Amino acid sequence: MSTFTLISAALRRKKTRTFLTFSSVFFAFLIFGVLSMLRTAFSMGVEMASEDRLVVRHRVSLFQLLPQSYEAEMEEMPGVVDAVHMTWFGGVYQDPSNFFMQSPVEPAEYLDMYPEVELSEEEKTRWIGTRNGAVAGRALVERHGWEIGDRIPIQPTIWQQQGRGDDAWEFELVGIYESAVEGFDETQFLFRYDFFDEARSFGRGQIGWFMVRVQDPARAPQVAAAIDAAFQNSPAETKSESEGAFAAGFANQVGNLGLIVTSILGAVFFTILLVAGNTMAQSVRERIGEIGLLKALGFTAGRVQRLVLFESVTLVATAGFLGMVMSAVLERGLRSQLAAYFPGLALRPQDLLLGLGLALLTGLVVGVFPARRAMRLETAFALRRL
Amino acid sequence: MGLVSFLRQCQAVTRYNIETIWQRRGVSAVAIFGIAGVVGVLVAVLSMAAGFRAVVTGQSRDDVAVVLRSGATSETASILSRQDIQVLEEAPGVARGSAGALVSPELFVIIDRRKIGAGTDANVPLRGVEAAAFEVRSEIEIVEGRRFEPGRNEVIVGDGASLSFEGLLVGDTIDVGQSSWEVVGRFTAGGGLSESEIWTDTRVLQQAYRRGNSYNAAFVRLTDETGFDGFQEAIEEDPRVSLGARTQTEFLAAQSAPIEVFISVVGWIIVALMSAGAVFAALNTMYAAVSSRSREIATLRALGFSRLPVVFSVVVESVVFALVGAAVGGAASWFLFDGFRAATINWASFSQVSFAFEVTSELLMQGVMLALVIGTIGGFLPAVAAARRSVVGALREQ
Repeated sequence: MSTFTLISAALRRKKTRTFLTFSSVFFAFLIFGVLSMLRTAFSMGVEMASEDRLVVRHRVSLFQLLPQSYEAEMEEMPGVVDAVHMTWFGGVYQDPSNFFMQSPVEPAEYLDMYPEVELSEEEKTRWIGTRNGAVAGRALVERHGWEIGDRIPIQPTIWQQQGRGDDAWEFELVGIYESAVEGFDETQFLFRYDFFDEARSFGRGQIGWFMVRVQDPARAPQVAAAIDAAFQNSPAETKSESEGAFAAGFANQVGNLGLIVTSILGAVFFTILLVAGNTMAQSVRERIGEIGLLKALGFTAGRVQRLVLFESVTLVATAGFLGMVMSAVLERGLRSQLAAYFPGLALRPQDLLLGLGLALLTGLVVGVFPARRAMRLETAFALRRL
Repeated sequence: MGLVSFLRQCQAVTRYNIETIWQRRGVSAVAIFGIAGVVGVLVAVLSMAAGFRAVVTGQSRDDVAVVLRSGATSETASILSRQDIQVLEEAPGVARGSAGALVSPELFVIIDRRKIGAGTDANVPLRGVEAAAFEVRSEIEIVEGRRFEPGRNEVIVGDGASLSFEGLLVGDTIDVGQSSWEVVGRFTAGGGLSESEIWTDTRVLQQAYRRGNSYNAAFVRLTDETGFDGFQEAIEEDPRVSLGARTQTEFLAAQSAPIEVFISVVGWIIVALMSAGAVFAALNTMYAAVSSRSREIATLRALGFSRLPVVFSVVVESVVFALVGAAVGGAASWFLFDGFRAATINWASFSQVSFAFEVTSELLMQGVMLALVIGTIGGFLPAVAAARRSVVGALREQ
């Protein structure tokens, strides 16, 4: 009799029990998948951060403006390849709940700084040729059903247009960018700085923050220190840090989600291990007679042990695997639901692999004690229970 | 079967079950800890939501109006001039105190402070206020030290802020840009949002930030709650200014909306998935518990007990396990999380809100209710299955 036949017979012996164990493990891994996605969303691109980019902002806070003239000064500094600037626009499209990131940029320079942002040559040319032109990420465009050529009104909350009070800014959608980098924010709305700077009612020549590319990532901390030193004691002192450090700091602002997620997962796995382990133990207890029979038929102790272990791994790993598949399916739905708040929501391949590995491990841990017990059974004693 | 006989049978079987729990302690412990895990997580997640909501809505008042520039949804995005404030002081429905109209013009800026436990900087609100602020928001209370003196580089810190960020104790000095400020007092605000802030004198803050004579928002105390509509109409239609007013209740509700969406969508997805998993786990344990006793149950049936009392007693046992589990889980989460201090970012103002997890009796009751549902379903199905088996077949089984 093949191992497969024996295991499938064992699993069908009590269908209700198999179904219940399967379902509880399935849900445990579904929770694992969903929580992993959230954790990725909360890490806000810490792992995607480029090593050769620095974020330079006002020392007091991100919301204090810096003079745009710093850009040229920084580009003269040794170790700096390029600098671009961005500014928090914070406008409202139709309703405040439609939140997405908006920023004025200098198109060609911005695209050089962010190779992750993929825009066709044709769209790029059109952007450079359209004063009120804007480009948006694929996810954002799909959420609002926009098309190229649409006029998109954005209500200012900070930046009013000169002499036009609360009138909406009107942008023309000239391009849709995508990104091959998994988890890169495809919900940004970018428009031209020259158009913005000329029309705004105050703060001309002031921008939000700079992105600076350094020549050698290994020397990034020194370059950051040199930039901060250059602007020390000026009215607008700076704070420079790597993109990764900036993202990590931002994630910490949201809170220590890692701890909360880990405690929930700990409680869930503890419970599942307990329940599944108990079920396997009982299943073996009930089959003592049958196991004795297998041994009497010449099955070695090792083979009996492996059989029970395989049974447990088959059941738990299949359930865990399907749980992970189901979370991958859920990912799409959650993305559209929560995209406004968590643009980075994604089930990363490494989390998927971790889930599958954990499923296998759980199956082994759950099966190991009953398997040992089955192995140690004395044949004569076991047969009496038949 | 008569009612009396039925009740007597129920009593006998249930008592027998409960007396033998200790002999089945392994299986019983699994059932109890399974439920404890679910209830514990449920209570912890909801206590976080409750703690956050308590802070954000703690200062909800309908007799205080928040005035921003028309169109602005948050203080950071609003600018008010001295002239705007004068218009407000003359508006109808505004309460008057010892020093005139109760209008508090305020400046709202954000500074970086190191977050305790994170080791990185976070956005902490620094608010410039005048004496009127303490009259408009009567819930503010200095619990240590004293108020700042007008014109000096002194601040007072909210209770939550001083617990969540480094260097914000009375006596500390904080450096912001090129100026230094001394912490001279600590205040509470009835548990509300202001406790996450640092307060100082408006004039000093205006100078430090080169804001001239401008403000971000005005908080206005009205004579009573019914006065808001008249006040709002008067200032929104005044041609001299471009202002928008909301009650403090509305303003705070809008501020917390994004986090509320997060809590309701994410929190409930997690709780729903966990409950589904828990029902299966509980069913599994109860099936196991019942199936390990199928001979006992058959013996009871052979002795003449009828099906219903047997089902009843198993359900009672399962419910008892569930309640004990709920007590263990609820107690664990109360012990671990009640008062646990956390700070997160409030997307509307882009600044930190410090809050404490609140394990309330209401939440514990919700945990108990969930346990009851799981326990009832988890006991009922296997009990019916056991009671329906043939007595002879079950007696022959091991």
